[in-house]
Parts: sequence; structure tokens; C-alpha cells
Amino acid sequence: MREVAIVGVGCTGFNSVTPDVSYKEMMFEAATRAYQDAGNISPRKDIDAFISVAEDYWEGFSIFDEFVPDQLGAVLRHLFTVSGDSIIGLATAYMLIKTGYFDVVALESHGKPSDILTLYDVVSFAMDPILNRPLGGHPFYVAGMEMNRFLCETGNTKKQCAMVVAKNKRNALGNPFAAYGADVDVEDVLRSDPHFYPLNKLDISQPSDGGIVMVLASDEVAAKLNDNPVWVRGIGWTCETPSLETRCWSEAVYARIAAEMAYKKAGVNTPSKEVDFAEVDDLFSYKELQHMEALQLCRTGGAGKLTEEGITLIDGYLPVNPSGGSLGMGWALEASGMQRLLEVVLQLRGEAGSRQLSDVEVGVAQSWRGVPTATGAVAVLSNC
Amino acid sequence: MKMFGKKRVAVIGAGMTKFRRHLKETGKELAWEASKMALDQAGLELKDMQSVVMGTAPDAFDGVHMKGEYLADGAGAWHKPYSRVFVGGGTGVFVTDAGWWHVASGQFDTCLVVGEEKMSSCYPHPAYAFTTIFDPIFSRPLGVTLIWIFALEMHRYMHVHGIKKEEIALVSVKNKRNALDHPCAQLGANITVEDVLNSEVMCWPVQRLDISPTSDGAAALVLASEDVAKKLTDNPVWIDGVGWCIDSTFWTNRDLYYPKYVQCAAQMAYKMAGIKNPPKEIDVAEVYDPFDYKELHHMEGLMLARKGQAPKLTAEGITQRDGDLPINPSGGLLGVGNPIAAAGTMKCCEIFWQLRGEAGKRQVKGDPRTGLAQAWGDLMQYGSVVVMRS
Repeated sequence: MREVAIVGVGCTGFNSVTPDVSYKEMMFEAATRAYQDAGNISPRKDIDAFISVAEDYWEGFSIFDEFVPDQLGAVLRHLFTVSGDSIIGLATAYMLIKTGYFDVVALESHGKPSDILTLYDVVSFAMDPILNRPLGGHPFYVAGMEMNRFLCETGNTKKQCAMVVAKNKRNALGNPFAAYGADVDVEDVLRSDPHFYPLNKLDISQPSDGGIVMVLASDEVAAKLNDNPVWVRGIGWTCETPSLETRCWSEAVYARIAAEMAYKKAGVNTPSKEVDFAEVDDLFSYKELQHMEALQLCRTGGAGKLTEEGITLIDGYLPVNPSGGSLGMGWALEASGMQRLLEVVLQLRGEAGSRQLSDVEVGVAQSWRGVPTATGAVAVLSNC
Repeated sequence: MKMFGKKRVAVIGAGMTKFRRHLKETGKELAWEASKMALDQAGLELKDMQSVVMGTAPDAFDGVHMKGEYLADGAGAWHKPYSRVFVGGGTGVFVTDAGWWHVASGQFDTCLVVGEEKMSSCYPHPAYAFTTIFDPIFSRPLGVTLIWIFALEMHRYMHVHGIKKEEIALVSVKNKRNALDHPCAQLGANITVEDVLNSEVMCWPVQRLDISPTSDGAAALVLASEDVAKKLTDNPVWIDGVGWCIDSTFWTNRDLYYPKYVQCAAQMAYKMAGIKNPPKEIDVAEVYDPFDYKELHHMEGLMLARKGQAPKLTAEGITQRDGDLPINPSGGLLGVGNPIAAAGTMKCCEIFWQLRGEAGKRQVKGDPRTGLAQAWGDLMQYGSVVVMRS
């Protein structure tokens, strides 16, 4: 059975605004770095397939796929778009390599929300046009309602959610790619403006611009390209239901199913023991706790307690979001999952600088597509 | 790209809705109607599907952001690995390519492939959704529309090879007649070359009857691994080759007379399927025909005809249903209709039915063993191809 490795990564870094570059320039910069990192390969000769992860409405085009090839070096090459999360893009690259017909696949993802004049109105266009959208309002009320239900059912607290914010924003101070690093404490979070009860302003990640490209390869080729491959040991992705009326509001079912699929492939039986660290989606503070539980890193209702005890801190027993997560790096639309993935790769390579964890072998990256979806993906990566 | 023996993928069921204006059904319902028909033909239920892949074109048609998410439960994706691929008009065939890798990778034994499009909800006309496919700096300020750029391409193709409009109109006549035998068709008709030439001029040289209609509809395929397929059916149809390719965004900088990206996609699929002489080895083809000239253009790109020779094959009747190389026996987009992503998947369904001998009145002569479906998309830039064998 052939194995799949990540052999090159390139990132532009993330920022709240990027008036100096177009999305094409961001993609070019990330791609150039990734190709160089993967043993200086040529996209025109060495890459068998290219995947771009993008959604039309984020980009302001009707068929965004059109605008992808040139800056990736993929003209007259085998490129396509996945309209989904970037870890679903990773799953696609993984499957392509597993077929045996593709040895090297490039995966691109970017977000440039600062180009979107009406970002949250675009989000509301993802609501069911008949049943939900006519109700109006800022779409993040969905997250507020979910947080309420989650806290009520699991016994986690709003204060524990605030601790997630403080931890992640502080972690982000050590991450040069992060846009929203800050030294805030629990009180700052609890005192920030109420937005969508029980969410406060600081519980919500802020938009950020940036791009990431990764190069994946089969085991035979990986050995030739990079001395430091990071192996994709398992991957899972699923969607619960787009229907707000019938989905589960307390548990992140999509993340649980995706994690079960990924762990099974990776041969991970006891995630809380076998996983050394995790990068989980934290578009909203409570999501980190909800996702930790869905990933079986702790028992249901136990994530807040772990956070309170400092277990998830960067020097804790189970560091969660050492990158700073989306709360620290910013919400980069479909590239948010790729941020999580990038940190896992850097940590497993020992290239995470001042936030490097010691003795890590297995890391998990998890994504969620944001309000109002119930879709997510999980990847289990290891360096051995 | 290495070629060594890997898992074979079979198509074991296909289904589609009628292509027309569906005011009462949502896109979700259309997706389910087609999926259910495909599952019924395969003798399977939704719970047997291990993965689902969706193909649907611009979100602007429905005005729904993340349309793939919205359609998920209609496509039966609840609690299953689900993703959406999107390569413009090429999506319908490409989604079959995507289904192929779900199974060929060994990750899943079954995959439900769904192509869906609901264009009628776009007001005042779906063509307006296409005004935002252009570069906002270089092209949009010109007020350019989709038909304009295809008129440019058609003109260039006619000019380079000295092709007359009469020769091109034969494609529309053939496909609309073929569609008369398709129970799901929107625009089956007995028309003449004169009808085409006398129809309203949209943007010279494109006239109304040169163009496929806008439609609502869905089409679906059930894919299975070799082991599963052999248990379920005696006559699976194998996906032996997949191919896709994209050309530069800057369509103004290339010679539009020949679709090199289609050739590149076809070469990828032919190599995988071990096809060396396409016109001899392909028995039946569903070639993307949103405009009549595109069928000819794409036949050349697919190397089914030499450059500039496709009109000659058409005039000689070789591409008729009873000819040596039947092209678009379904009636194609010109006849069956063009709900963008669903139209490409419909072509894959047609090849499946033809290779199984289940195409009824549309069945091509002889015993077709190898078939091809192709679609085209983006800014005259994308080719997607699938090669199937019985």
C-alpha cells in the first residue's frame, strides 16, 4: 500500500488587510515557497495534479476555477477546484496519490476576506433560502445558539471558553504568520462587547488574508524530495446536514464521524493517549472545546476542565492550537483548515520556532466550514 | 505519471431527471430524484453508499453560497464523506472523474456521483450569472457576455478551416433529432439546416438554434469497486480512463481555433485506458455541445477527427446514430438540454446505457464496447474526459 506524505509547505503569513497584494500574488508567493520547500520542483514538469480549494462567493466570481492556473504554474496541467474546506482538499490529494496514477499533487488554499465588502451578508447567503434566510439577522446567531446548547448540555462554562481565547491569542504571539496575537486575559474576553449571546466579541475570530500551498507525494517520490516528510496517516471528512432544524446542536457530530474515520485509518485506538497535540477549529471559542470532545481527546464535557487545568497550553500535556488557532491567526475562509494543517506539519518537522513542542510524533488537524454548515474534516499526521 | 495496475472502477447504475424548467422542485429534490433512480438501477440503497461526490456549477444560479453544502442532504450525503468539485461547465464529466478516484484509491467500495443544476431561479436570465465569470479589470468593463466570446471562437474556427455555417448547422439538426428519442429531453425536434440559418441572430455567427437551452435537472451514477460490482451485476461498465486539463486564464492570448486543453485531457484519459487510435477504438462518444460548432471543435480536440475535418465526418453521416462513429446519440445538450453540471453527468449516463445496450430507441448500431464522454468549461479553458468500456 503506498503511503502519502506532505513534502513541501509555503505560506504567505496572515494579515487583517492586504491591500498591497492581489489574491493571485498571494497564491504565487505561497506556491513558490512550497515548490522550493519540496526540493525545488518545477510545477510544469514534476507535479501530476493541482487542487485549488475555493468558493465562488468568497472570491466574487461565478467560476473561480478559471483564475487559478497561471500563478500556480499549472497552465495546460491537470488542475481542478474543490469547493470545500482545505482538509477536504487534502483528502482529495490523498485519494489521487492512493490511486497509483499520481505521484506528486499540489494543494492550494487562500482567503482574502478583506476584499469582501459585505462579508457577513455573503455568509447569510449560505443559509437555506426558503426556511432560514428570510428570518434575516447576522448569520452568527447560529453560533450563539449552538454555544448556548453546547454549554447547557455538556456543563462546560463561558469562562472556560474565554480561557481558550486567552490561550490562543497568546500562542499566536509566538507565531509570525498570525494576525491577531495578543496578551489578553479571561476578564478581557468576558468584558468584551456581547455579540451573539453568549458569544462576546473576543470569542469570535476575526477575518484574515493569506494563502498556503502544500505539496504531497507518494512514499517513493517523497524520499527523493524532502528529508523531512510528514505522513498523512489517516483522513476523514463528512457532513451532517445543512438543515438547522434537524441537526444536533450540542455535539459536533461531523467532527466525531470524521475523526472516527481518520483514527481508524491511522490505527489510533485511544486518541487522548496517542495524539501528542492537536490543531482544531476555533472560529468561535466554544468550538475548540466542542471539537476536542468530538475528536475524543477528552470525555464529553471534559474539554473545559482540561483547558482550566492548563493541559492544552503550549507547555501542557496535550497542547491544543499552539499556532494560535483561528482566534489567533484569523479566519481565512477555506484556508482556515490549511492553517491548522500547516502548524501540525511545522511542529512535526521541528520548525515551529519559539512555539516548538518537544518530542511530538503524532498530531491531528481538524476543520469546520463555519456558519451555517455542519461539515468538517480531520487529518492524522505523523513524522515517523 | 506512472501507470501500473490499480483498482478498476465500475459504473453499475445511472439515473436522471427530465431536463426542463422545474418550478416545483428544489435543487435538493432534483438531486435526490436522479440519485434514487441510479441506486434503483444498481439494486442498492443509500445506506450502501460509502461516499458521495457532488458536481454543480455557479452558486449564482441559485443565489446560494456554498451550494454544495445546501445540496448535501438531497444528494444523500448525510453522515457520509462528501465533497463538491467544480470546474465550470466541465463539472458534469469531471464529477465522474472524482467518483473514480474515491473508489480507485481503495478508500471506498462505493461512491454516489451526482450532477445537479437549477438555472431557472436565476432572474432575469441565467446568462446574467455568467457576467461575473470575467476578469473584473480586463473584461467585465467591456460588458462582455458568454455568447460574445463563443461567437469569437466560432468565427475563428470557421475562418481557419474555411468552414461554412451550413456545415455547422448539421450538428444542431442531428442532435435535436436524436433527442426526440430521449424521454428526458427538453428540445427534441425535427428541424432543417434552413431553420437554423433563419433563426434569430444572437451574436454573429451564433444564432438561436446554434445554442442549447437553459434547463433544470440532475443526473447521477453509482460507482463501485471491482469486487462489489461483480457481485451485483453481470455487465458492469468500467471507467478505464479519466482526464482533465486547464489552460491559461488569459483566453485572449491563445488561438481559439483549437482546444488544446481538451486534447491534453483526452491524452491523459487515453493513456490510462491504453487507447492509441481514438477514432478506431472509440465506438460511441458524448461530446460537449452547448453550441453546435463545439461538437466539431471538441471532436478535433479529442482526436476523433483531424483538425478541420469534423464537419466533413458530420456531412457524411458518420456521426449519426447509425454511422461509424456516433456522436451524441442522446441528443446532447442541444437536444436534451443544458443544466450545466447535470448535462455533463447526463453524457456519462448515456455512455453507460449505450455500453450496456440499454439505450432503447437511442441505441447505436453494433455492439459498442468503448465509449467516451467529454465536457468543457471555464473561460474556453477546461477539458474533462472519461473513457468507459463494457
